[in-house]
Amino acid sequence: MIAEIGLAALWLAAALAVLQMVSGAFALRSPPGQVNALAIYARPAAVVQAILAVLAFAMLLWAFATTDLSLKLVAANSHSMKPLIYKLSGTWGNHEGSMLLWVGVLAASGGLLSLFEWRLPERTMGATLAVQGFVALGFYAFLLLSSNPFERLPVPAAEGNGLNPLLQDIGLAIHPPTLYAGYVGLSVAFSLAMGALMTREVNPAFARVMRPWVLGAWVLLTLGITAGSYWAYYELGWGGWWFWDPVENASLMPWLAATALMHSVAVLAARDALRTWTIMLGVLAFSMSMLGTFLVRSGVLTSVHAFAVDPERGAFILGLLGLYIGGAFTIFALRAGAVAEGKRFAAVSREGALVLNNVMLSAILAIVLLGTLYPLLTEAFDVRVSVGPPYFNPASAIFAIPMLLVMAVGPLLRWKSDKPARLQFELALIAALVIGGIAAVSFFGQFPLLPLLGLGLAAALAVAAFLPLRGRQLGRVPVATWGMVIAHFGIAVSLFGMACEGAFSKERLAAVAPGGTEQIADFAVTLESVTPIAGPNWTAIEAQLAVREDGGAPVILTPQARTFWSPPQSTSESALLTRWDGQLYAVIGNQAEDGRWQIRVWWKPFVTFIWYGGILVALGGVLAIAGRVRVDVKRRRASVKGARRRADVEALGSSGGVPAPQPAE
Amino acid sequence: MRIRFWLWVPLALFAFFAGLAAYMLTQEKEQFVASTMIGQPLPDFALPPAFGALPGASKADFTGGKPRLLNIWASWCLPCIAEAPQLDALKAQGVEIVGIAIRDRPEDVANFLSRYGNPYSRIGSDTISEVQLAIGSSGVPETFVIDAKGLIRYQHIGDIRADDVPKLLAELEKAR
Amino acid sequence: MKAKHQRLILVIIALIAIVGAGLLAAWGLRNQANYFYLPEQMVSAPPAVGQAVRLGGMVQKGSITTAADGVTVNFMVTGNTADAVPVRYSGILPDLFVEGSGVVAEGSLGPDGVFKATNLLAKHDENYVPRELEGMGTEQAAKMAADTTVGLK
Repeated sequence: MIAEIGLAALWLAAALAVLQMVSGAFALRSPPGQVNALAIYARPAAVVQAILAVLAFAMLLWAFATTDLSLKLVAANSHSMKPLIYKLSGTWGNHEGSMLLWVGVLAASGGLLSLFEWRLPERTMGATLAVQGFVALGFYAFLLLSSNPFERLPVPAAEGNGLNPLLQDIGLAIHPPTLYAGYVGLSVAFSLAMGALMTREVNPAFARVMRPWVLGAWVLLTLGITAGSYWAYYELGWGGWWFWDPVENASLMPWLAATALMHSVAVLAARDALRTWTIMLGVLAFSMSMLGTFLVRSGVLTSVHAFAVDPERGAFILGLLGLYIGGAFTIFALRAGAVAEGKRFAAVSREGALVLNNVMLSAILAIVLLGTLYPLLTEAFDVRVSVGPPYFNPASAIFAIPMLLVMAVGPLLRWKSDKPARLQFELALIAALVIGGIAAVSFFGQFPLLPLLGLGLAAALAVAAFLPLRGRQLGRVPVATWGMVIAHFGIAVSLFGMACEGAFSKERLAAVAPGGTEQIADFAVTLESVTPIAGPNWTAIEAQLAVREDGGAPVILTPQARTFWSPPQSTSESALLTRWDGQLYAVIGNQAEDGRWQIRVWWKPFVTFIWYGGILVALGGVLAIAGRVRVDVKRRRASVKGARRRADVEALGSSGGVPAPQPAE
Repeated sequence: MRIRFWLWVPLALFAFFAGLAAYMLTQEKEQFVASTMIGQPLPDFALPPAFGALPGASKADFTGGKPRLLNIWASWCLPCIAEAPQLDALKAQGVEIVGIAIRDRPEDVANFLSRYGNPYSRIGSDTISEVQLAIGSSGVPETFVIDAKGLIRYQHIGDIRADDVPKLLAELEKAR
Repeated sequence: MKAKHQRLILVIIALIAIVGAGLLAAWGLRNQANYFYLPEQMVSAPPAVGQAVRLGGMVQKGSITTAADGVTVNFMVTGNTADAVPVRYSGILPDLFVEGSGVVAEGSLGPDGVFKATNLLAKHDENYVPRELEGMGTEQAAKMAADTTVGLK
């Protein structure tokens, strides 16, 4: 019964998406300032659709919580003996459930948009909702026609097939929904961009509406990537934190596009420049999340076990991709010429720096995109290749380094036009820090070039991040500016962690007999014993490693090699010893014939800073949203004429060339 | 005009990607690893029974006058449920099917057979995938046609769908 | 006029960067992509010494020997012909790595003709896997499977 309610809710939601699309499209037919009689249904349709889609997801959640084995999806992915939290996370730990989560979040954000967003002209809002409905409709069709999560088995299964043991992890329970929400935020940005393009309302008012969505999506993507990277680091037992595999790249590419979009939206909101470029990035950011979906789901590059991959699904997503992105680029090509040129600015200016940042981010995006798609291209000619760090690291660094340098200077520049001479002190300081940092580190030994550059840049960026606050009264600095400072500082922290990991990591691989000791960095690692142990659905061998730092009191680390039995699979559970200045990372391997055990231990100085930095970056984003929303709320209160009227005035103001007073960016 | 031209570039790039991806989707992917053992005799093996009611399997079971099917399966494998009716159909046609259960437990095997039917004459338990790897199978389910002399004649990879049954029967006939 | 000039500069920088990225990617991919070799290919047309490639084949029966340090293994990889390539690997072996199993070794050919593997990927045998996963170790395949199942990363 639960499943049938969910399925019915999904069908109804799809029907409402059609209503939202049609009704929204009618808004385009009304003259500006008037409301088409048929356009009033779009908002309520979006709200009700949101409720239904969330209901459908809740039903599936319930089916997983109660392990309803008559559902094919539950039988294939769950198990009655699993802990409840992993039963619940199993809901989105599979294709159908994750697509349902995706449309649930999509519909919910459409509902929020139509409930709370009253600043845009009704025509633009109608067009936006129409696009949003169109996008949602495609995903409803995908779910209902080729990946129905509520499909029943003819005969209920006796027992579920288990959840992938690697997914039985608390990080993974949170990580995918975070990323989805991020992607969906980009879909709202996409709808807004298309709506504004169709009504030619690409102006600062539109940018201010779009900004919180872009920022929100970007914060979630940042957190998602950070969490995913940490998960791969401790769960895979390989000691690495980023492998450049297609699945990781699929999450990085939307983040790069969203980062560029976030900065260009800032320019559009503050200075009314970069109009076409912002629209372009809005389309691009969503394209990248769709492309990631396609690459992961279709099996053209990687895929789950072949039985789970359906070429039909790949074709379906490619069809959607062609429809939305092809359509968007076509409309872009046809309409973008009609968008009036924005305000001009000098090359040396805050806008100029942001353009440069955008260009560099786009270049990195191109590098990652080409590297990810290259195996696809060569396979068309029957050559099998894999592309890894030897390509990605240097190629992306070539553009990341100038981008980071511009990032240090950009926030210090004035809008519209500036003179480099004004910033002599700051420029000299940054240059001195980069060169000094590199010189100081090379003094202590030979290190690879990229980590060396990274260390110098990290030092400079950490200081430069706070330079915009120089000479200002700290109490009066807007919250959004604090957000930028913290986010930029977070980049420096993260970069420092990456560079330290790259330059100073130590690794020890040895076969150790019980009682034997290995030395790594300041740590003496003693293998006390190896014991078999059993968990709820796995058995393992567990090593007891006594770690003494500089001869101090021992700390016991217990890396495991686990074997799960449903489905049969082996995982390596690393054991971590976290110090403020780094982590000791231990893995146990096989037993050699002579009875010794393979132990692999890394000392990774400051590796945790990579993820602390990611969290700081996300925190900066949250502050930026809070600051913007606070300014918005204040503005709304100040304006007695009401939110809708104000939006109209702003629209008039920008097209008439009368600049409205802006808060400092 | 110059600007208008640039506006079409993204669409062109995207069209190129979409074309390539569509082409790759239509390509048959060699996702299966064919066994190099085809045409060769079965390796020596003797596996204990997978559960109480049926005998185990060994190389000696594949001699004596008629071709047989060797089915590699497991109770934890969903496609194996999907192919159960087809195995029953083959059994109904008089085909003898020897099963090898991979990394399985007796109670799960018994459970599976009571639920989905038992087409097997004997089932060996291969708890470490030893025999599976030896005959060149890389997954479950897989089905091999073994002729009367114990030679591996044909390998079917993946679950047996209804339209695969005649093909298997024909291969069995050829192996006679 | 001045502003237009400045704008042009930015457009040109942008174009140079994007085209540069494309060219760099093309050059980098030609040189840095990891080509896949079968043992017979590696014998007849070996890659340059030190070039990162992948070698895929079967672990020859009886060829696995563990060195005295307990972490270095030597073995031979064979393919469809009699050609065999010696491989040396130091590290924790994937648990499906046994004689006669399929393996993909990532690494490079040394001057002594021994393939030095930096990573070993044993065949993931529990379920069917498409060819990208075909060569991977359980963990990597499981990771990819996990990622892809979870999704739209």
